[in-house]
Amino acid sequence: MRTPRKTPTPYIASAYSTRNIALCCDPDPLIQTRDLSLSYGNHQAIKNISLTIHRGCLTAIVGPSGSGKTSFLQCLNRLTDLLPDCTVSGRATIENLDILSPTIDVLQLRRRIGMIFQKPNPFPMSIQKNLEFPLKEHGVTATHLIQERIQRALMDVGLWNEVKDRMDTSALRLSGGQQQRLCIARALVLSPDVLLMDEPCSALDPLSSGTVEDLIFSLRGQYTIIIVTHNLAQAHRIADYVGVFWSQAQAGELIEFAPTHAIFEHPQQDLTAAYINGIRG
Amino acid sequence: MDKHSLFTYDMLSTTIIWTVAGLLGCLFFWLLGDLMRQGIPHLSWEFISEPPANAGRSGGITSILVSTGLILLICMVVALPIGLGTAIFLSEYTAETHPLATFTGRSLDVLASVPSIVFGLFGNAFFCQLLGLGFSILSGGLTLACMVLPILVRTTEQGFRALPLEYRTSAAALGLSKRATLIHLLLPAAIPALVVGFILGLGRAIAETAALIFTSGYVSRMPTSLFDSGRTLSIHIYDLSMNVPGGDQAAYATALVLILCVLTLNSLAQWMAKHWTYTRRMNI
Amino acid sequence: MIWSNAITSSPAKGDRFLFHVLRSFAGIAGILVVGILTFLVSESLPAFQQIGITAFVTDPSWHPTEGTYNLLPMFIGTMYATIGAVTLATPLGILTALFCQYYAPQAIASGYRAFIELLAGIPSVVYGLWGLVVLVPLIADLRPPGPSLFAGILILTIMIFPTVTLVSLSALQQVPKEYIQGATALGCTRWSMIRQIILPNTWPGILTGVTLQTGRAIGETMAILMVCGNVVQYPSSLFDPIRTLTANIALEMAYATDTHRASLFLTGLFLLTIVIVVIMSTQQARSNQAYG
Ligand SMILES: Nc1ncnc2c1ncn2[C@@H]1O[C@H](COP(=O)(O)OP(=O)(O)OP(=O)(O)O)[C@@H](O)[C@H]1O
Ligand SMILES: [Mg+2]
Repeated sequence: MRTPRKTPTPYIASAYSTRNIALCCDPDPLIQTRDLSLSYGNHQAIKNISLTIHRGCLTAIVGPSGSGKTSFLQCLNRLTDLLPDCTVSGRATIENLDILSPTIDVLQLRRRIGMIFQKPNPFPMSIQKNLEFPLKEHGVTATHLIQERIQRALMDVGLWNEVKDRMDTSALRLSGGQQQRLCIARALVLSPDVLLMDEPCSALDPLSSGTVEDLIFSLRGQYTIIIVTHNLAQAHRIADYVGVFWSQAQAGELIEFAPTHAIFEHPQQDLTAAYINGIRG
Repeated sequence: MDKHSLFTYDMLSTTIIWTVAGLLGCLFFWLLGDLMRQGIPHLSWEFISEPPANAGRSGGITSILVSTGLILLICMVVALPIGLGTAIFLSEYTAETHPLATFTGRSLDVLASVPSIVFGLFGNAFFCQLLGLGFSILSGGLTLACMVLPILVRTTEQGFRALPLEYRTSAAALGLSKRATLIHLLLPAAIPALVVGFILGLGRAIAETAALIFTSGYVSRMPTSLFDSGRTLSIHIYDLSMNVPGGDQAAYATALVLILCVLTLNSLAQWMAKHWTYTRRMNI
Repeated sequence: MIWSNAITSSPAKGDRFLFHVLRSFAGIAGILVVGILTFLVSESLPAFQQIGITAFVTDPSWHPTEGTYNLLPMFIGTMYATIGAVTLATPLGILTALFCQYYAPQAIASGYRAFIELLAGIPSVVYGLWGLVVLVPLIADLRPPGPSLFAGILILTIMIFPTVTLVSLSALQQVPKEYIQGATALGCTRWSMIRQIILPNTWPGILTGVTLQTGRAIGETMAILMVCGNVVQYPSSLFDPIRTLTANIALEMAYATDTHRASLFLTGLFLLTIVIVVIMSTQQARSNQAYG
């Protein structure tokens, strides 16, 4: 379909600010939501979200705090199941699979749709175990296969050379940026189709944040990525599409969804324009 | 009140508090000193390694140590899975407001304050008579298992609740089943709490007397099976001091052994609770 | 806390199985108290039926083999011993806690505290032993016979005092630092600070500790059994021997049969009820305090 961009130079996130390609992935719907709404008890957090995520594209979700970005992501991998008083309505599909159906294999769905959180959250185990344990649980038991996949995932996130000699030390001893990349590797090792990222860089220092951003960008094309970010410059640098969430009367709504250049250059909504300029100014 | 009388009150209270603390300190030193003075001369390797002779006045406490060990073993083998299972169920599988959770929680609170003699009555009626186990190590161990359950559950439950929520969410996001998350992630992380609960439970069980008099009985012979009656350290102390004239020395020596066990267990639990959780926090 | 939704929709078989196993364990733990109550009730039923509840207070004496079942003297004995011990141990415990928290220098305070913690762990049978061998002869010198209500009160006090101290101490430690700083800044003496500011703020915590220890004192068996002399009678002075309800069970359970045995279970049921009422009232008081 398209070739991923050349591997970015590490640590120089600003290298992309001059990017001039308008849209680098072909429209090919993978995830679709129709009138997706979510409530916590009586409090409606998101309302009637309808959007289409294209295969291989990097879609950024931006919007003020509390506008329901995290809640939206959690609908897509059914993490909402974990909250007892949370109800979801509407439709969400990935290919032809109904995500919200009570009968689907949720564990398999979550294997297909990986998630990265704001705070790096490696398990309190060795680096090796962190990657091996989810694999084994998903039925990969042959040692050489496990090793091969772990190595590839670590190489993909650029962590292999840093940790290959200390695979048996605790993952909690890694730096914040390394931990976040390990978490990405932990998702990648399960060969997902989609990666949901909830502000993956915002808990990291600027340098690690740059590294992780470069990594995310390098994954574009191979994976369909939905990234929530408060950093509009970051969205501008790396995203193909941008969706803007806004809370209207308490409930978060999608006020605009368009290719990145369209959002940043010709926002259709006053709110979008104000939001973008507000951040810039 | 004028300034002068305020100062008088202050002086007076300071004097009283220092005197009370000092006197109580002396009282307890006297108590512990007595225990040591009377007990230590009687302690020897033979005391540990020989069976009691002459109704316990001479000889040692081997068979009593063995019975105590067996009763504690039964107690923990039974209480541990039930306690751990309950703790996991309460912390991981139910909302705190769920009827079964509140019911179990309440029951455990009540259970924690049931007088030990009442456990003894229950054990006698249920284990000894209804189940037909008679006065036996098995009956005693099972009765103690009921008794240590609350402390075991509460400590372990707190351990699970203290684990960060992210462990569960990130595991779920990886498509891991609850079972896998529990076994490979949460349980290993909660082991310190489980161990602390275990040790505290052991400490409570080993100190127990009243619940055992008419469940495990007080036969001081070496037990040959779990269906034999067996005498624990605490019952030995009771029997020596109440029913055996001239058994005081041996009673004191046994008391020293018992206190040593209890103190070791308590300080182990305290050390672990402090040290282990501390290093864990540091890692995260 | 979480996962409760997912249980119903989870397709994994192993998960459901584990859930059921865990739930039945929790069920066992929950049902245990009910089981204990049921057994006490069913075992004491013959006593209700054959003796009747009033006989336990109206019979002339406690001679179960001859068919008289008056429990009142032993109930009175339990009450005297408990009330005596709690009245003694509470002020002593509070004073000692104040000593550790506000009066003693750091080093002494932490040493003293460790010492109290050690004492709190000593098994009751050991206190009983010491009471029997050392305390009772001393009391006998003072006023024979020696084994007496007084000895019981002293031993119970010694037993519950460490825990009262520890509970009071942790209540004291929860007083906000600002209160103390504020009082010091106003130039209060240490005692007026404690009287006016610290104690009013800590009494609920201390009270909880005291009630729990009351429950413990009511249920205590071994130490009391060893030092009280175990004569069934209304004590006419502190130095008379008494028998408590718990001691009565421990002494007679071994040979009791039929209605005698049933009346011992009835005693157990009664003890359990008192202790539950005491505990519940503490919890009630605490939640009233939290909301009121
Ligand atoms: N577990 C929950 N229970 C109840 N309400 C919740 C829960 N999680 C989020 N909410 C509410 O739902 C709304 C949307 O929250 P959400 O976390 O999705 O916002 P967000 O856009 O991700 O915000 P942020 O940028 O701060 O992460 C908020 O009003 C929030 O208070
Ligand atoms: Mg969020």
